[in-house]
Amino acid sequence: MTAPRPDETDIYLPRPATLIETESLTAHERFFRFEMDAGVELSYRPGQFLEISMPGFGECPISISSAPSAGGDRGFELVVRRVGNVTRALHGLEPGDRIGVRGPFGAPFPVEDALTGHDLLFICGGLGLVPLRSAINYVLNRRDDYGEVTVLLGARTPADRLFTRELYAWKLRDDLVLEETVDAADPSWGAHVGVITKLIPRLKLAPENTRALICGPPIMYRFVLKELEKQGMSAEHIYLSLERRMKCGVGKCGHCQINGLYTCRQGPVFKYADIAAVREAI
Amino acid sequence: MPQKLIDQSSLGHWVAALIAEHKVYGVQAKADRFAFDALTEADDLRLDHDVTILPPKKYFHPPQEILLQFDREAMTFESVFHAEPFILLGVHPYDMAAISQLDKVFSMDHRDRHYLARREAATIVVCDVQTASPEVFAGCMGHATMEGQSGHDMLLTLLDDGRYLVDPVSAKGEALMGPLAHAPEADQAALQARKRVWDRNRRQLQKNKLKMKPSELPGLLAGSYDHPVWEERAELCYSCGSCNLVCPTCYCFDLRDELNWDLRTGRRLREWDGCMLRGFAAVAGGHNFRARRADRYRHRYFRKGKYTWEAYGEIACVGCGRCISACTANIANPVEVFNRLLEER
Repeated sequence: MTAPRPDETDIYLPRPATLIETESLTAHERFFRFEMDAGVELSYRPGQFLEISMPGFGECPISISSAPSAGGDRGFELVVRRVGNVTRALHGLEPGDRIGVRGPFGAPFPVEDALTGHDLLFICGGLGLVPLRSAINYVLNRRDDYGEVTVLLGARTPADRLFTRELYAWKLRDDLVLEETVDAADPSWGAHVGVITKLIPRLKLAPENTRALICGPPIMYRFVLKELEKQGMSAEHIYLSLERRMKCGVGKCGHCQINGLYTCRQGPVFKYADIAAVREAI
Repeated sequence: MPQKLIDQSSLGHWVAALIAEHKVYGVQAKADRFAFDALTEADDLRLDHDVTILPPKKYFHPPQEILLQFDREAMTFESVFHAEPFILLGVHPYDMAAISQLDKVFSMDHRDRHYLARREAATIVVCDVQTASPEVFAGCMGHATMEGQSGHDMLLTLLDDGRYLVDPVSAKGEALMGPLAHAPEADQAALQARKRVWDRNRRQLQKNKLKMKPSELPGLLAGSYDHPVWEERAELCYSCGSCNLVCPTCYCFDLRDELNWDLRTGRRLREWDGCMLRGFAAVAGGHNFRARRADRYRHRYFRKGKYTWEAYGEIACVGCGRCISACTANIANPVEVFNRLLEER
């Protein structure tokens, strides 16, 4: 153990960012675009998360929803569901207001290596679209580097759908297949009704060449995984982003442990083969 | 560094001189038990204690500490580090082993400057155990003595002839010697006498007897995930977190903000948390990833005997026995759990 140096980073020290733009997406979810102060860059990858500070209320882990650009980024996008003190305070922010940011933290989706050249299947349940949107847009920005791109999307009701304008733009593309389902439809709904797993057998997957990226509510994973296995997909080719209580973000505080793994460090994106035998994971 | 031999009155004078010049924390009587506290009188120091209520961990990873100060309007954050030098007197070898584990946890990968600042400010004087506590099993865990262990600055050992062998093992420890530098050097006979104390402690600090080597625990636990012991014992668990609270190797924490009266400035606090508490693995929105008592109970033992070993190469139980005494439901004896797993493997 060596003594701390005065110039060493304090891993708990947030950096300030300013709200540029915010928009209500549903009754409970808001979109935010922030920018780090001048001279500060966030170098993030799809699938990583930030610890967002609303000083006085506290800090909470939030997935990054934007795709990183080629260089470093000052800007980043979040979608926040109002569920607690910090997120309620975030919902009250107006453009020009400031927050604190730590991170980015965690293991990203391997968009630059293991996924290139393959067909990609994105399975997004509810808020799971938020981190996956970062990877989807990353892929769309480098569309030629990947094979077929399929996005499956599940929401509770049509009113719970996030990023509706962006979904419409995806729907219009001829180089992306978007299939949507809701648990409960309304008269306006023209797509599927039912659980997201039902969409999988309808796809013409090439299981050898497909890589799946999954994020959704805890209950969703085991059913989706069972269906993907049925389709002949290998656990080596499935990536999941798991939710846990990442309090410190740096593998110390203990809250996000999945058995012996720290979600904030070894995750939140795990290769299924690496956690298939980890009992608390799925 | 020269090892010295002193009598008990010299020790008292030396401690008095340390108190006059330094911030000193030492073991003292607290009702019918013992606790580390600020030492103001040399006579209050109780090197004959069996075990302290809380481990000395609290001086490096306090129950509550300020990590940052902030100003909401300016959106500025300022780190707060506590680096006032202090001396810790009377740490037992098993507690020193636990501190060395925390040193690893807080200095590997993302280095934690708040912990490291406090640790750097400390001079640790370890004292060999003179009275075995009723539940201690440090002798089974390899932490009955300082042999093969490091991290401390000085070791005191009460020999059978009533004298103390003073052994400074670092520059910080040597700097504490002061007048003791003129004391007679410990001869071979004294070193032999210390070895006898160590041998005796290794045997006697086994009030609970672990029927395996600590290094066998990760393998044993690997095959015991579904053993009925977790459900059976957790049936009785109050999820009170007392075992977490008194454990020298538990370090999980929570972060929380507190505002000043101006509603503008405030501080971010780090506070102890415990994996046995019901909400420990709960996320916003209410889902609890370890909602069942048995899952939390098992997690604690797996952390102690397997996960920490996989991450840091350490068994996160040093055999202090505090959890055994602290548990209201009498289910926290790690030796009983591990022995049963071994017998029913």
